[in-house]
Amino acid sequence: MQIRNLTIAALASVLALIAAGPVKLLNVSYDPTRELYSQVNAAFAKQWKAKNGVDVQISQSHGGSGKQARSVLDGLPADVVTLALAYDIDVLAEKGHLLPANWQTRLPNNSTPYTSTIVFLVRKGNPKHIKDWDDLVKPGVAVITPNPKSSGGARWSYLAAWGYALKKNNGDDGKAKDFVTKLYKNVPVLDSGARGSTTTFAQRGIGDVLLSWENEAYLALNELGTNKVEVVTPTMSILAEPPVAVVDKVAAKHGTAAVAKAYLEFLYSDEGQEIAAKNYYRPQSPQIAAKYADRFPKLTLFTIAELFGGWQKAQKRHFDDGGVFDKIYTPGT
Amino acid sequence: MSNSFLKRASILPGFGPALGYTVLYLCLIVLIPLSAVFLKSVSSSWEHLWRTVTAPNVMAAYRLSFGASFIAGIVSAAAGFLIAWVLVRYDFPGKAFCDALVDLPFALPTAVAGIALTSLYTENGWLGRYLVPLGIKVAFTPLGVVVALTFIGLPFVVRSVQPVLADADRELEEAASSLGASRLQVFTRVIFPMVGPALLTGFAMAFARALGEYGSVIFISGNLPMKTEIVPLLIVTKLEQYDYAGATAIAVVMLLSSFLLLLGINILQRRTRRFMEADQL
Repeated sequence: MQIRNLTIAALASVLALIAAGPVKLLNVSYDPTRELYSQVNAAFAKQWKAKNGVDVQISQSHGGSGKQARSVLDGLPADVVTLALAYDIDVLAEKGHLLPANWQTRLPNNSTPYTSTIVFLVRKGNPKHIKDWDDLVKPGVAVITPNPKSSGGARWSYLAAWGYALKKNNGDDGKAKDFVTKLYKNVPVLDSGARGSTTTFAQRGIGDVLLSWENEAYLALNELGTNKVEVVTPTMSILAEPPVAVVDKVAAKHGTAAVAKAYLEFLYSDEGQEIAAKNYYRPQSPQIAAKYADRFPKLTLFTIAELFGGWQKAQKRHFDDGGVFDKIYTPGT
Repeated sequence: MSNSFLKRASILPGFGPALGYTVLYLCLIVLIPLSAVFLKSVSSSWEHLWRTVTAPNVMAAYRLSFGASFIAGIVSAAAGFLIAWVLVRYDFPGKAFCDALVDLPFALPTAVAGIALTSLYTENGWLGRYLVPLGIKVAFTPLGVVVALTFIGLPFVVRSVQPVLADADRELEEAASSLGASRLQVFTRVIFPMVGPALLTGFAMAFARALGEYGSVIFISGNLPMKTEIVPLLIVTKLEQYDYAGATAIAVVMLLSSFLLLLGINILQRRTRRFMEADQL
C-alpha cells in the first residue's frame, strides 16, 4: 500500500516537473546570509542541472531568525530553513510539527554545515583599545548589539560574553551575570536584527564596538574599507552553530523533498564548503578549513552545550520573559 | 436639536440600507479583526495574561507610548493650528507648495521617516552635531520618540482645522472688533470657539495615530528596555518569542485604553460643540 502510494507520489512529482518547468525551492534564512546563499544557489542550480537536466529556481528570504521561523510557522512555504540557531528550528518541530523532533541528527555535525563565532568590529585605529571582552565593560565604551530577544546573532553575542566571564571566573555564575549586566549598561541602542545593528554602527557612526557575526564583520570590512573599521578577534568566544533543515511537510507537499535534501547536502560538499569559507563562514571540512586558515584567526571556542546545556535551557533561563536578560533592565526584581 | 435621532433620520430616504451597510462595513473592517485579537488573547490562562500586561517593562512602555503620544498630540495641535492659520489667512508665494508639503507625512513610508530623523539627530547628524554638545540628545531618547510622533501627527491637525477656519465667517471677527474687542479677545472668544472642536478632532487623530505608530519610532528610539521601548515594539518582540497570547493581551490593553480615550474625546467634543451652539444663540 505504502509502496504504491510512494510510486504514485513519485510519478505525480515527475509529471509535475514536466508540467511546471523548473523546480522551485524556497530557502528561509536569517539576516546575514544573503550573499552566501545567492552564491550557493547559483552553484547548486548549475550542478543539479548538469546531473539531472532539470532547472532549479531557489528563492531566498531573509530577516531576523526568530521572525523568519515565525513566518514559516504561520505558513510561509519554506522547503528548507537555514536559521541562526537550533532553537528556532526546534520551534518549527515542536509547535508546527513541520519536521520531526530529531531533525538535528539527520545531517552531519548537528546539521550545521558551517560555523561562525562572535567577534568585534571597531573603528579604524581602534581608538578605545578594545582587545578582549573585558574592554567592553569599561566606562565610556559604547557597545552596539541587537536585542537578544528578537535577534539570533545577539543571543550568540550575549552567551559569548556570559561564557567568557564564566570561564574567566572559574564558573562563578554571579560574576558572569554582573559582567553581562555591565556590558549591556554600555549599549545605547538595541536594534531588532543583526543587519540593523551593523547599519547603526557603520552608517550612522554610533558606538565604539559592534558585536557581530564573524562573517558579517568581514562583510562590513569589505564594504566599508579597511580605512574605516577593523575586526578584532577576542581571545575566546562562542562556537555559533547555525543549523539547516528540510521542512518535511512543506517539501512533501511541493514534491521537493529530494532536491531540498540534495541542496542541503551540497552545503557539505567541497564546493559548498568553499563558498562558505569565501563568505567567512568557518567550514566543517578540515581540508577546506586548512586551505582558508589565514581567513580565520585562532581563538578558544566554547559551545553552548558545554556551558549552557543547549538552546532550550539557555533560552528559558536567559531570554524568555522574566529571564536574566529582562532582569538586567529591571533591577530590584 | 431636541428632535429624536430617528425622527430626524427619517427625513432623508434610504436610512435603512445606509445604516445596514454602515454596520456591515464596520463589522467586516473593524470589529471582526479586532474580535479575533480578543479571542486569540484568551487562549492563555488569566494569570499568565495578567502577569504579561503588568510586567515592569510593559508598564514602562505604556507610560512612554501614552505620554509621548499625548505630548506629540499637543505639539501637533499647536503647530498644526498655526500652520492652518497661515495657509488660510495669508497669501504668499509658494503657498500651494507649503500646502502640499503638509500631506507628506501621510504618504511617506514611516520607516523612511524614522531613518531620516535618526540620521538627522544622531551625534554626527546634521542637527545632532549641534544639539548633542548642548546636552540635548534626541536620537535614542524618549524625546526622539516625541519628535517622530510629532512628525507623523502634524497633517491630521492641519487638515481638520483648515476647512473649518476657511469657512469661518470673518464678519463675526469684524463685528467683534468694531464692538471694542481687543485682538486677544477676538481670538479667544470668537475664533478659538469656532475651530475648537476641529482642533480637538485633529488632536485626537494625531494622538491615536501616534499610539499605533511603529515604523518611524523603532529607528529613533533605541529600543532600550524600561527606557525607550514603545508598546507596539513589545508586541512585535512577544510575537518573535512565539508568545501569541502575550502579544495579543498587550494589544487588547492598548485597544481598550485607546477606545476609552477616543470615546472620552468624542464626548468632550460633542459637549463643547453643543455648549458653543447654545452660546451663539
